[in-house]
Amino acid sequence: MEILVCIKRVPDTAENEIEVNRDGSDIERDDLVYSVNEWDNYAVEEAIQIRDKVGGSITVVSVGDEDAEEVLRREMAMGADKGILLSDNAFEGSDGEGVATILKAGIEKGNYDLILTGAQADDGAGQIGGMLAAMLDWPYASLVNIIDIVDDKTIKVGREIAGGNQEMNEMDLPCVLSIQTGINEPRYVGIRGIRKVASMEIPMLGVKDIELLSESVGKSGAKVKRLDYFVPELGEGAEILEGSTDEIIDKLTELLKAKGGIK
Amino acid sequence: MEPVLISPAKAIVFDMPAVIFSFLIPLTGVGIFTYIIALRLKPLVKAQPDPRMDDRIHRFFNMCKFAIGQYRQPRYLLAGIIHITLFAGFVILSLRSITLVLIGISDGYVLPGMSGAAGHIYHGLKEFAAMAVLAACIVAMFRRGILKPERYAVPPKYGKNHTWEAIFVLVLISGLVLCDMVFEGSHAAAHIRKGLKADMLIPGTGSWLSAILLTSASMNTLQHIHLGAYFFHELIFFFFLCFLPLGKHFHVITSLPNVFLMKMNKGTIKPVQWGIEDEELDQLESFGVKTFEDFTWKHMLDFYSCADCGRCSDNCPANAVGRPLSPRFISIKCRDYAFKAYPLHGLSTNSHNLIGSVLEEDEIWSCTTCGACEEECPLLIEYIDKIVDLRRGMVEDGIVPQSLQKPLRALEKRGNPYGIMEKKRIDWIKDLPEEINVKILKRKETADTLYFVDSISSYDDRIQEISRAAVKILHAAGIEFGMLGPNEMDSGHEVKRFGEEMLFQYLRDKNLNAIKNSRATRIITTDPHAYNALKNDYANLPPVEHISQTTLRAVTSGNIRLKPIEDPNKIYTYHDPCYLGRHNNIYDAPRELIDAIPGIKRIEMTQNCKDRSFCCGGGGLMLFYEPIEEKRMGQVRVEMAKTAGANIIITGCPFCMVNVEDAIKTSGLENEMGAIDLVELIERHME
Repeated sequence: MEILVCIKRVPDTAENEIEVNRDGSDIERDDLVYSVNEWDNYAVEEAIQIRDKVGGSITVVSVGDEDAEEVLRREMAMGADKGILLSDNAFEGSDGEGVATILKAGIEKGNYDLILTGAQADDGAGQIGGMLAAMLDWPYASLVNIIDIVDDKTIKVGREIAGGNQEMNEMDLPCVLSIQTGINEPRYVGIRGIRKVASMEIPMLGVKDIELLSESVGKSGAKVKRLDYFVPELGEGAEILEGSTDEIIDKLTELLKAKGGIK
Repeated sequence: MEPVLISPAKAIVFDMPAVIFSFLIPLTGVGIFTYIIALRLKPLVKAQPDPRMDDRIHRFFNMCKFAIGQYRQPRYLLAGIIHITLFAGFVILSLRSITLVLIGISDGYVLPGMSGAAGHIYHGLKEFAAMAVLAACIVAMFRRGILKPERYAVPPKYGKNHTWEAIFVLVLISGLVLCDMVFEGSHAAAHIRKGLKADMLIPGTGSWLSAILLTSASMNTLQHIHLGAYFFHELIFFFFLCFLPLGKHFHVITSLPNVFLMKMNKGTIKPVQWGIEDEELDQLESFGVKTFEDFTWKHMLDFYSCADCGRCSDNCPANAVGRPLSPRFISIKCRDYAFKAYPLHGLSTNSHNLIGSVLEEDEIWSCTTCGACEEECPLLIEYIDKIVDLRRGMVEDGIVPQSLQKPLRALEKRGNPYGIMEKKRIDWIKDLPEEINVKILKRKETADTLYFVDSISSYDDRIQEISRAAVKILHAAGIEFGMLGPNEMDSGHEVKRFGEEMLFQYLRDKNLNAIKNSRATRIITTDPHAYNALKNDYANLPPVEHISQTTLRAVTSGNIRLKPIEDPNKIYTYHDPCYLGRHNNIYDAPRELIDAIPGIKRIEMTQNCKDRSFCCGGGGLMLFYEPIEEKRMGQVRVEMAKTAGANIIITGCPFCMVNVEDAIKTSGLENEMGAIDLVELIERHME
């Protein structure tokens, strides 16, 4: 099975203190460290497990600048076979639809049975998977937490529904799935693993290579424009109940009753 | 003169000269034994290199101390005395056993130098040794079979009970000494019956007793008993020889070499592969231990040498709190695997991954590397290096608990496990009094003394208090010092011990570079883990000391004066941090320092202090790991302090502070117990 996983390099929210820059157009990026988007890690791990079971190969693809090569290499160290970097000045400022357009063009240069994306990105809107599927006219399932390969034409996918319920679906290949965290336990990638793949070529494809019109993507093609970026003002402080456990329980019940939480 | 009884060398048995058997039994025994040993050596030949022939004088001394001197045996008094008796008896009786084998071939054979007075002295000695061994066997059998000390129990998941093997061997040993007693006794009895002077019979010995019991037997019976005892001894002796390498009694053979080849540098971790320089590591195809053959030959010898005494697991804190780790069974499971994979008949099986078949992931991650097991093992078996090697293999295969992946990534990106920005590494100095000027070394700035703070002491709110107390002490002692500030990285102590060697080397190289640029001539740490990393994991650094040593000197020289204890009613106890005590032998400096406070009441947790200190739960990455356990190690430790009668636990390590304070809270003992770091205690009592 040929699997493509779309990944993104994002500021590592766990390891950064995110601040908005002075003019509010973006976050302060000078002191940031970046890593692969957490959801994408689960998608790549899932792809590896599928490949190890049924064979085939895994390609990881990212839309971004040259720095995105770092996360492609990390996922290759994890076990992906190939990496493709879609990078061009013309891509800068793309909105979600723009990114999906670029990915679609890149995908059409290859031949894939299954496309995985993270359910969302730390700094994203969770829209790429769905848009990509629509553009390709392939079946799509979002927030996937179980994948069962039935044969080379069909798969079963599970989705977790609010309230902890589980849904199972059958779909035809090729298809697009957006992967939820928790579907597996992504393996660790150490420095040694990254060094092992350091010399592997990662082709960089631009507008011309994937046969796109510059105007359709990037800033010029974007139909959604970011107006502002800010940290919301803090609401009123939380109330901390004090006293013995019994007293706290009494106060809490009282509060809940007063606010209509319980009757 | 005609001999009273026909000797084994001259007897006729089953119509054949008995001397044939005297040749055949030893020949067959030694042949089978050699065959088994050759097979046992087979995996060792395939194993990884492990140079152990340096410093032979010191090694020989250690062998005399730990193996021949049985130095660690009395740590468990009764078992120790029994073992020393058996061992000493064994050594003495081995000469007798060799003589007996040769008597069967050459009548009346005497070992060189054993004629005359020496022979008489030896005869007396071996008579008493035999009695002592017999008595020890009986006590040991009673202990193993009836008393059944808890530490010998085998939990169901590790297979069947090992009691039968222990008892069986005790029966064999008893059989050996009894046979000799009867052999000698029957000979003496025959002489008495003939009215001749019996050989040297010492009243009270087994030979004497058997002679008395046998005097009423007929000469014919005596002749049969004499020969029977002789050949029974032969059979047991050579059966026992071949039985040794089949189980835990292999240690009878391997313990001397195993102790001679012991690890000599405590606190260190073996390199990924001996003989491979750091720069060459990228060329290695595989890291760490994945299959059995990835162990070094010495580590395999360790498995063979385990005597199943259970002392390691009895002292293992992970085992005590119900984590899925028992060092004893690491050895036993790996030995069982080796015996199965290299069988005595049939082909060796193909090697496969140990993790998931013989060992479990959680088992290997459960170890805090506290070193209690290694401190206790009478045979100096190593565990930490094996655990680290197994972790190296898992790290390379990506098998790392999710709880550890985030801090490891943060260490790679930010140089600390919390992922907080580098520039905030020195935020804690903001709360220092104005008169204390802390020098943060920028590029090209130097300092004679360097305070290496490390991550937890820089970033953790509670531990920052300890760092500030340390700075105040250094200031009061008149020591000028610098710190690396944002250029300091995590020492990588636990990174190395969790098997992420390449990340450790990255952190180490950054620190080495920064330390070199500081031109420091000595380094002070408050964190025993940092202390151990700089002292034992890094190379070519100026002398490193723990703050307790620095402070003690300042107190002794009078640079720092201490006022009487604030609250004379409190009873203090000192908790030895693993990486200060066991791994670096610093037990006295902290105690002397505490006792320098006038009026302080300090008691010891006598069963669990110094080299038997009980780990608080582990430091560094261990704080992030979510183990399977029934309770926390810290809770057990706090309970020990409480039982000892203390109400304040003095720690000397930031991780101990985190774990102990946490345990006091989770045990609901906030009103009874407290914790304070050594430097905080001193700082509070400075005049």
